[in-house]
Amino acid sequence: MRVGALLWFCLLSGLVPALAHAAAAKPVVTVADPYLEMHTGPGVGYPVFHVVERGETVTIVKRRTEWFKVRTDHDREGWVDQAQLEKTLQPSGEAVQFGALGFGDYSARRWEMGALGGDFGGANVVALYGARQITPNLSLEVGGSQLLGSFSDGWLAGVNIVHNFFPEWRASPFFTLGTGLVHIEPKATVVRTEDRSDQYAQVGTGVRAWVTRQFLLRAEYKSYVMFTSRDDNEEVNEWKVGFSFFF
Amino acid sequence: MEGRLFVFLLGRALPLALATGLVAPALAAESADAKDEPAAVQQRVIEPDIERRDIKEPRIDTEDFEVGGYGGLMSVEDFGVNTVVGLRAAYHISESFQLEATYGQTDTGKTSYELLSGGAQLLDDSERKLSYYDLSFGWNLLPGEAFIGRKHAYNTALYLMAGAGSTKFAGDNHFTAVAGLGFRMLPNDWLAVHVDMRDHMFDTDLLGEKKTAHNFEAQIGLTVFF
Repeated sequence: MRVGALLWFCLLSGLVPALAHAAAAKPVVTVADPYLEMHTGPGVGYPVFHVVERGETVTIVKRRTEWFKVRTDHDREGWVDQAQLEKTLQPSGEAVQFGALGFGDYSARRWEMGALGGDFGGANVVALYGARQITPNLSLEVGGSQLLGSFSDGWLAGVNIVHNFFPEWRASPFFTLGTGLVHIEPKATVVRTEDRSDQYAQVGTGVRAWVTRQFLLRAEYKSYVMFTSRDDNEEVNEWKVGFSFFF
Repeated sequence: MEGRLFVFLLGRALPLALATGLVAPALAAESADAKDEPAAVQQRVIEPDIERRDIKEPRIDTEDFEVGGYGGLMSVEDFGVNTVVGLRAAYHISESFQLEATYGQTDTGKTSYELLSGGAQLLDDSERKLSYYDLSFGWNLLPGEAFIGRKHAYNTALYLMAGAGSTKFAGDNHFTAVAGLGFRMLPNDWLAVHVDMRDHMFDTDLLGEKKTAHNFEAQIGLTVFF
């Protein structure tokens, strides 16, 4: 019993300062517009159940997409949209800005990740990639694809360098060159032939477009040459579309 | 092989790279013009004493990610209905849209043929396991509130999901299209209870004839926002 109480004491004494610190770190803003509308949920359809008048302060508790949960001085909690909250003032008197990730951030991005789907010489392809920006124009990408065909499955893994022609444009064409390994295995229901792994080289072109916040749309066409162990190289064309985000 | 790589580089890569090379210098020339202004113009007459204070983004706990697990039943066409368990991760892009990745697995049963014929086995034990992953796009079709009694109101959403992925079953990977409908209820700010219906569609010729198999899944899940 005593041990239990001691344990609780230790736990609470450790927790309370931590919680108090977390509470202290939350920003407090002053309403500058005639009023601030608080919704019951993070969406335009949720009813307004409370308004905070000019001059009163609210604490910003958390954020979900473009909605902010705020707490009034009377401990009422509700959701306010970003546009309204940006009309409030910080303690210093400056307007609050929540830098919604914009096109400016896109130009200054460092890392990018994305998923694409499409067609690889008649087979379906699902691909994931990660990229590191080296200069505004050049980036290095590492990626893997799963191939899902009617007669065979497989995967591709490789690296490629991407040259973005106009990084300052919202939609910019790019050129890519890369190499990697491809592994193909026939389906279990098809007559057994050997699995095989080959090196490939790839060249391609595509478009990358900034959509909103940290999201991009990407469409690309690639031409692959597989260096097979047979006399002839195998050539495969691939197109993919997908989305990516940067951070 | 090196010879072939050389031919590839010369034949395909070089023309495209050259096109790039022609564009880049033109762009560089544009930015060079700005540097030609006299230094005196560039230097300010009065240097302001007070530096402009940068408005820093306040530190706010942003909860756009959602992770959790689910369990339920999955019907695998011709192979019976079995329990399914899975993991889910989602990113909320806006109040209306989200991206979701799921991974799930289930064991499948025997086909009617295997049961009636007595000893015939279509698949071995490892081939009978089904696992899938998919990436899908979700739209919160009907956001709203649910009420329990007089005092409790919880935020909810009815959402549509559609996406694609891969299903590993019977020794093969199948390209899979996924579509579904889900209901999400939030008991508090950071916890969500999901009830989902999904259809995993893939082409198979396992039983001789090629067909699109519809594999329905009903699941209940729990996720946390962070």
